[in-house]
Amino acid sequence: MDILIKGGRVIDPAQELDGKLDILVADGRIAGIGKKLTAGKGIEVIDARGMIVTPGLIDMHVHLRDPGLEYKEDIVTGTRAAAAGGFTSVACMPNTKPVNDSKAVTGYIIAKAAAEGAVNVFPVGAVTQGSKGEHLAEMGDLKEAGCVAVSDDGRPVTNPELMRRALEYAKGMGILFISHAEDLGLAGDGQMNDGFTATELGLKGIPWVAEDAATARDVFLAEFTDSPIHIAHVSTKGAVRIIREAKARGVKVTCETAPHYFTLTENAVRGYDTNAKMNPPLRTAEDVEAIKAGLADGTIDAIATDHAPHHLDEKDLEFALALNGIIGLETSLPLSLALVEAKVLDLDALVARMSTNPARILGIDRGTLAQGAVADITVIDPDARWTVEAEKLASRSKNSPFLGREMKGRTTYTIVGGKVVYKAG
Amino acid sequence: MVFKHKDILGLQNLTAEEIELLLNTADSMKEISKREIKKVPTLRGKTVVNLFFEPSTRTRTSFEIAAKRLSADTLNISASTSAVQKGETLSDTARNIEAMKPDIIVMRHAISGAHHYLAKRVSYSVVNAGDGQHEHPSQGLLDMMTMREKLGTLEGLKVAIVGDITHSRVARSNIYGLTKMGAKVFLAGPPTLIPPGVERLGNVAVCGRMRDAVEDADVVMMLRIQLERQGKALLPTMREYSRYFGLSEDVVKLAKPGVLVMHPGPMNRGVEICSDVADGPNSVILEQVENGVAVRMSMLYHVSGGGPTE
Repeated sequence: MDILIKGGRVIDPAQELDGKLDILVADGRIAGIGKKLTAGKGIEVIDARGMIVTPGLIDMHVHLRDPGLEYKEDIVTGTRAAAAGGFTSVACMPNTKPVNDSKAVTGYIIAKAAAEGAVNVFPVGAVTQGSKGEHLAEMGDLKEAGCVAVSDDGRPVTNPELMRRALEYAKGMGILFISHAEDLGLAGDGQMNDGFTATELGLKGIPWVAEDAATARDVFLAEFTDSPIHIAHVSTKGAVRIIREAKARGVKVTCETAPHYFTLTENAVRGYDTNAKMNPPLRTAEDVEAIKAGLADGTIDAIATDHAPHHLDEKDLEFALALNGIIGLETSLPLSLALVEAKVLDLDALVARMSTNPARILGIDRGTLAQGAVADITVIDPDARWTVEAEKLASRSKNSPFLGREMKGRTTYTIVGGKVVYKAG
Repeated sequence: MVFKHKDILGLQNLTAEEIELLLNTADSMKEISKREIKKVPTLRGKTVVNLFFEPSTRTRTSFEIAAKRLSADTLNISASTSAVQKGETLSDTARNIEAMKPDIIVMRHAISGAHHYLAKRVSYSVVNAGDGQHEHPSQGLLDMMTMREKLGTLEGLKVAIVGDITHSRVARSNIYGLTKMGAKVFLAGPPTLIPPGVERLGNVAVCGRMRDAVEDADVVMMLRIQLERQGKALLPTMREYSRYFGLSEDVVKLAKPGVLVMHPGPMNRGVEICSDVADGPNSVILEQVENGVAVRMSMLYHVSGGGPTE
């Protein structure tokens, strides 16, 4: 069915557009954008007065756990969570079971997402076979099968020579490299950010230099090989500085951060809350400010959630035994809108970081409301207040440090390919 | 004053008044162990379970003796014989024990915060007998009891703690307790074993050299150096460690005359402490052990709600 979205504040950084406009959707595409468009017969009209209408949000870093770890999440529940959070596209990391290092696994993900997924799923393939850090994966094949990037997420390539070759090979195959920048030697078996709070809680620390040193190495290798690189989940002041400097001298580096890195500090770990345990760990207030500054000045290109579902049995444990990671798809939008409220970003810059830039970095034909574009649209009520409740989350897992927290702003309609896949109820 | 905590998880969350209450009660409990019939009926009908997930002789025995002298029924569960070996979670172990209606669980666990996790989930009292690198409150209390007994007060004392601070729950509990009671703690150890921000835990100064910590100290507390941690590139050799951070008679001379030499045990003789010092006139190491029983009697007594003692 065709849709007319009337009277919303339409923001599309790709067209430098910000104004009260109507959008007409027909045959799954943007058929018109302008003032006072009228609805023909049989057209669904969405009253978007007081709402913000944006190109569909894109989360370029999620874990859908499918295939193999469906007890945590699967493509159906994960994409429903995405739709409920206002995301029309997600890029899913390859650390499934088996690892997505082959055309077969990529094909499975794409086919299942097309048949049963609520939103677009863009798979990310592995850098090395089995993500073991030994042999390069078949990146050409992965790209042909539909992967939009390769990544060593969660299992960074430790060998610098292999890292160099992986960057060169990925560049040659025309596929983006997403780096999980962590020096595993320095991180050791740390459980939270290294520093005073870790000392007080008697927990082993992961020092900031584990992230900074790896970020520096990867940025240098990208510079040396003249390859594009995207740094995932930036959490430290130093990593922001390294990336800012690299960008200034022309290195083809982009990066993302996650909402928890600009919302929470290591203090959230007090009381041994395992929902505050993730990798990289929550850092200090100083890091949080640096992340915000990086978002504001454009050093940080994208906000991605690192949505990492885990079963309660893997989280309801003594701190050291609990797995790393939190879910994020359904809380990202309000936490990011808080940056607008706090005047860190204007709305235009926020939409760029949640839609326009991720589309550009991944090289996918999304992230705009231009006439003729695929009609992926998010309609947002910026003033809606709601409370995060486990039983109301669409994700199969409930491991969020934001449970019980009041949020401001939520998606009212998520439209994928011209179809409403989520409507606030 | 009434002790109103269900659990004793650490000294960080106790007030100076509560610590004083525990110490005062321990002072009076000490006499019971000197009687011919070393038993009072205070905890008669109560069940105390010692749940030890790490090997321990001294602490477990001390808690068991303490419970028995108060007439509690005690039993010991150690990790090697428990269902943990079969993959049972701490939560399941704890709830199974709960179903058997114990009154107090005394637990030692290798993971920091395990007691906080447990205490939130069970109705019985949880007493921390050591959690990871976090706290060891009964050790902190028995150390303070010994200092107070020998020196009359904790107020204004200079206490040197020397060794592996990073991995030490004994150091943390002493820092919290001593700070609250008005003492000042001077830490010394190799820089690889001093954790970041430790000076902010309390009234703490970090010294680069051992002699700076020990100079004019009222108490010198040596920590056990874990020989097995050497593989982690934290120390070159035990020989060098001993030269710089071992307590010899020469170093003891830098402290105040009559300085108390303490060690939570087990000692590595000839590594962090010379035998001459460990067995010398300043050593109160065995008094610490003796006071351990009294302190643990006091802890068990107070978490079970207090009431009349004999």
